[in-house]
Amino acid sequence: MTASLGVVTPELIPFETPLTLERGGYLPRYDLMVETYGTLDAHKSNAVLVCHALSGDHHAAGYHESESNKPGWWNHYIGPGKSIDTDRFFVVSLNNLGGCSGSTGPLSINPETGKAYGPSFPEVTVLDWVHAQARLADHLGIEKFAAIVGGSLGGMQALQWSITYPERVGAAAIIAAAPRLTAQNIAFNEVARQAIMRDPNFFDGDYADHDVIPASGVGLARMVGHITYLSDVSMGEKFGRSLPREDRDAEGVNFAVEQYLRYQGEQFSGRFDANTYILMTRALDYFDPTLNESIPLPEVLSTTQCKFLVLSFTTDWRFSPSRSEEIVDALIQAGKPVSYTRLESAHGHDAFLIPDATYERIFKAFMDRVHQDLGGNV
Amino acid sequence: MISHSYRIPDWIAKNSRVLDLGCGDGRLLAQLVETHAIDALGLELDPDKIATCLDLGLSVIQQDLNRGLSNFNDQQFDTVIMTQTLQAIRRPDLALSEMLRVGREAIVTFPNFAYIRNRIQLGLAGHMPVNPQLPNPWYDTPNIHLSTFRDFEELCQTLSIRILDKDTSNLSGKRTWLGTVWPNLFGEVAVYRLTKES
Repeated sequence: MTASLGVVTPELIPFETPLTLERGGYLPRYDLMVETYGTLDAHKSNAVLVCHALSGDHHAAGYHESESNKPGWWNHYIGPGKSIDTDRFFVVSLNNLGGCSGSTGPLSINPETGKAYGPSFPEVTVLDWVHAQARLADHLGIEKFAAIVGGSLGGMQALQWSITYPERVGAAAIIAAAPRLTAQNIAFNEVARQAIMRDPNFFDGDYADHDVIPASGVGLARMVGHITYLSDVSMGEKFGRSLPREDRDAEGVNFAVEQYLRYQGEQFSGRFDANTYILMTRALDYFDPTLNESIPLPEVLSTTQCKFLVLSFTTDWRFSPSRSEEIVDALIQAGKPVSYTRLESAHGHDAFLIPDATYERIFKAFMDRVHQDLGGNV
Repeated sequence: MISHSYRIPDWIAKNSRVLDLGCGDGRLLAQLVETHAIDALGLELDPDKIATCLDLGLSVIQQDLNRGLSNFNDQQFDTVIMTQTLQAIRRPDLALSEMLRVGREAIVTFPNFAYIRNRIQLGLAGHMPVNPQLPNPWYDTPNIHLSTFRDFEELCQTLSIRILDKDTSNLSGKRTWLGTVWPNLFGEVAVYRLTKES
């Protein structure tokens, strides 16, 4: 039986040891906003790290304040009896460094200047996030995660973990991800960044000094991004060529899909920081464990020690199945234990967030086995 | 449900690397992990069967065998197994060559079309055999390349494949004495252990 986690409460955890960053910057101290679900067992062996994607945060499951609110972004897959079963696992989810949901990021005060970082926040990478997550694990007394899981950019963190801290990962689930971005992927991110940077309210990232936000630019960035998360099929099914809804603002809108995208853009620009969006897309662009093909992927993965589950979705064109298969083939070449399924879905890249019986069944079978291999009962 | 031939485990070395093409629900691989401590990998198309394999703790890749094994290295496995699938592959000859490229040895089982029951259904009753091993009607069947012991051995010769061992079993995976004496007539399932002619 599956049930809801109910109301969950995040916790802000301070880290006072400085962190040197991959691309040259450094943070004298930082905070991470963290949620945990389930109970850490006596051996501290049942921890699962959930990594969020571009616009996600620590709130992966359950509800804040009351169940009438929107649940966490992966609520369908995390909870009692669910794929990541919180009756079995202790789930750790955090807002990554540079984020805008409570962890140290551009909105935070730089202790060295006494003023918000804004655009001066140092560039962070997937590797930096993984190092920060490892320190979080140390703080929680977790020597080794039973599994590290994530979709999209979250899957890249799981992959990076298996490479950087092989002895600290029991299993990795890499969903709707890619070993690195293509030119087309980077191009979409650049359009999103340009939309933000060309907003007159951006002020080179110093919008806070002017008491404004580049809402129009962030909204436009989200609209472009959102199109790449859906599929032609799912947009066709959801909107087709139907006309705008009359119960919502429809000024200057000719089709329902336009109204939807504008609504998504507006919602997003109200909650997401522009500098964080630029920083997160850059982290995506720079992710490349092959170091610009100087080391072939099978060789990069040759030191991993965990078992892998890789999942892709048929209509995902942001990170298409063939991108996941690059990871799978490299793992096969490296002789590592890997399972893979290309799941049928009409939902494009967003499919990794959406309820689906087969996805759920396969994900759960993998995770239940991870738990069983810890010595737990199924 | 057709049981796996009793002979297969005899042909698998302990702690060896085994690839099972069309591994289904993973029964054979899971058994070999248990008894032979093999390093197992399965290929399967059906997501439900993949989930069942994951329940058993197996590693399994969703892959269409008709698209070859180009993602595997030469001689990456000690043994490549294909049970009751060869007849459903678009090009069985290419599949066999690929199996012996990625594996040192191959184990293949398939329905013997010259089995007496098939001969009676075709030769006397005058229609395509339909029976527990070949349950589908001719117009809607995955079994598009039916062959016999004799046909298969001719193909092996053409492909320079050496037959290390052969056997026959019934649908329960057991040996029958008639099948052993006269496989092409009384062998229900053909079971071969192959390697590349050196």
